[in-house]
Amino acid sequence: MKKVFSYPESLKKTKFSYCPGCGHGISQRLVAEVIDEFKIREKTIGIAPVGCAVFAYNYWNFDVTEAAHGRPPAVATAIKRVLPDRIVFTYQGDGDLASIGAAEILHAANRGENITVIFVNNAIYGMTGGQMAPTTLLGQKTWTTPWGRKAELSGYPMKISEALGQLDGVHYIERVAVNNPENVLKAKKAIKKAFKNQIANKGFSLVEVLSMCPVGWAVTSVEALQWIEEKLIPVYPLGVIKDKSKST
Amino acid sequence: MFEELIISGYGGQGIMFCGTLLAHLAMEEGLNVTFFPSYGAEMRGGTANCRIVIAREEIGSPMVKNPSSLIVFNKPSLIKFSGQLKEKGLLIINSSLVEEEIVKEGIEVIRVPVTQIAQKLGNDKVANMIALGVYIKQKKIVSLESAIKGLESILLLKNKEEKKNLIEINREALKSGFKYNK
Amino acid sequence: MEKKILIRGNEAIGEGAIQSGCRAYFGYPITPQNELTAYMAKRMFEVKGVFIQAESEIAAINMVFGASLTGVRTMTSSSSPGISLKQEGISYMAACQLPGVIVNIQRGGPGLGNIAGSQGDYFQATRGGGHGDYRTIVLAPYSAQEMFDLTCLSFQLADKYRNPVMLLSDGIVGQMIEPMRQNWDTNDKNIEWKVRGEDWILNGCKGREPRMVRSLLMEEGELEKLNWELNRKYKKMEEQEVRVDLWNIEDAEIIIVAYGIAARIGKTVIQRARRQGLKVGMIRPITLWPFPIQVIKDIAQKVKSFLVIEMSLGQMVEDVRLAIEGKRRVHFCGRPGGSVLEVDEILDKLREISNLK
Repeated sequence: MKKVFSYPESLKKTKFSYCPGCGHGISQRLVAEVIDEFKIREKTIGIAPVGCAVFAYNYWNFDVTEAAHGRPPAVATAIKRVLPDRIVFTYQGDGDLASIGAAEILHAANRGENITVIFVNNAIYGMTGGQMAPTTLLGQKTWTTPWGRKAELSGYPMKISEALGQLDGVHYIERVAVNNPENVLKAKKAIKKAFKNQIANKGFSLVEVLSMCPVGWAVTSVEALQWIEEKLIPVYPLGVIKDKSKST
Repeated sequence: MFEELIISGYGGQGIMFCGTLLAHLAMEEGLNVTFFPSYGAEMRGGTANCRIVIAREEIGSPMVKNPSSLIVFNKPSLIKFSGQLKEKGLLIINSSLVEEEIVKEGIEVIRVPVTQIAQKLGNDKVANMIALGVYIKQKKIVSLESAIKGLESILLLKNKEEKKNLIEINREALKSGFKYNK
Repeated sequence: MEKKILIRGNEAIGEGAIQSGCRAYFGYPITPQNELTAYMAKRMFEVKGVFIQAESEIAAINMVFGASLTGVRTMTSSSSPGISLKQEGISYMAACQLPGVIVNIQRGGPGLGNIAGSQGDYFQATRGGGHGDYRTIVLAPYSAQEMFDLTCLSFQLADKYRNPVMLLSDGIVGQMIEPMRQNWDTNDKNIEWKVRGEDWILNGCKGREPRMVRSLLMEEGELEKLNWELNRKYKKMEEQEVRVDLWNIEDAEIIIVAYGIAARIGKTVIQRARRQGLKVGMIRPITLWPFPIQVIKDIAQKVKSFLVIEMSLGQMVEDVRLAIEGKRRVHFCGRPGGSVLEVDEILDKLREISNLK
């Protein structure tokens, strides 16, 4: 009899403490599954950001470090350069990656660092109570945009994956979502590819994951799944943004 | 012995090389030495100067305010530093570029047309070595032989074999400075 | 005669790092420390180490954080404004107990200031600089030889305590060229370096339980526990790591306290003062933290007064006063803004002090 589903070795036997309906648990499990499938758990070093995902080190069953807010790409760069045969990845939220850490992600990408980046975009700062993120949609109400985000006051939803895609150092960028089983499977495929690229020394790979934050969005868990479909995806279309292995 | 020297000129006149070579020679003689370069925000042009202290005793401050010797390669340097020279101090002037007669009591002035002599040797860039030759003869810090040896070892460190003629012309410049009769 | 080489202070730091087995350096351009970054670019290539010109000082210190995690000896360098940017990272390193060396070739401040050597960062260096309850060892070289030697010591102490160590110098000592003993093997292949800290580094969990490195400690009492643990370490540093250079102390009536370039100037002052019959000696703290409190206390009992000289408006002078606890007069002579203290102005001050009843 063939075993088709089991608890990933790369996840600790503990419960996620994320809010009901949060997408982080799915994304972090997908990362764990991929690491298991490549049998790289014992040579992987993960870097957790500041934000809700900081607690990733409580769930992943491999070496994990925290980094200062926005700095995971710099930390990952150094680890990978010193230990080029290890697998190094960062897991960052939209505030960490696209706001305070914009410089670090831009330059790690531009240097073509051979690392994997999982970028979780839920269009809000969850941990601090639901403030506007760089990826917050126009009109979206948050704690710091009580009347909805206005472009003239706060600019536009930041399409950082598209911006990073312009850099010559980038090998692969794809945007996925985790709001339904079909999308979750696609997300896993993308994450797998991003790790495979690193194993094959292809260079910088990033997967942007559109993820639910029902508490931050003030909707129910079920409504949050719809919200991704109806609100987020039209602004942040899913699909491959850049793939060097396809363009040549 | 406690020698405090300022060397000053335009950027590009080899001021820093002149200073570091002297520091190297002093070190090889077993003396204590410090070399402190001026460094401006500009990468080219402007005045370049360095301060060198050579002593048998331990050297405290590397910052020279009232030098016992001064070598000036251009007029702005003369204006800037000649007033600070100590009594009985030594002043070496590049008379090719500085026409002014210096009026200061109680100092020894040697005017040497180092740029012209260097041009005669075939490269005005070696004016610095001529001035250094004049200086080490006056101060007797090292012998000419040691100076030439030191110069060669430093230039060999910096340059490849094909620059042999560079060593040759610098050696000649140092010699002609040493043998210059005022 | 042992072999000496002529070397710039900044480059002596670089060679000290290489000879200490540092194999990961991260820098960002800023005057007056650029010779060090350039030196590391060349040397790291030669010894097959890691060199990155980072996108900012912030990225550079976080690269040091990452490299340190792997167990390699690692360093970054900058000058005053850039060191301000590194403070967040230093705080994280202190919290995560990661060793690393941070070099500050001080320049005039505040703000962008100027590029001349200065000593205005003493408070920042010795009081932690970043947020939170932590300490960093601070070493203050005053010659090319010490730039080399204290860099080596910085790496040793950083490893011994698993703590960031700051080498606090200035633009003058950094730019100055001096003879230095070359007592190492020039064949780089013979330089040994190995991964340290097998029991705490992150290098993949093969054959062991996974590790996590973090400074977010939200459980009740969890952070306090770390704070007390760190405190025990800091107390041990205070007991074991004080280093000080005493000069002409025996018969001294007035003591100059100075570090780095101010101590060089102070030595010239003392040479001249003694020729004029003034009995002056010097206490030169080599460790600015831990500060040589007991040494100063002991010497205070035998002398009339103290003169602290600094190239700042007066920062270390506060530590001297704290050490002396009001038992002797502590005078101050300083110049901020990258201006150099003049020997004559200090001599005038000394004469004024010696005439005081």
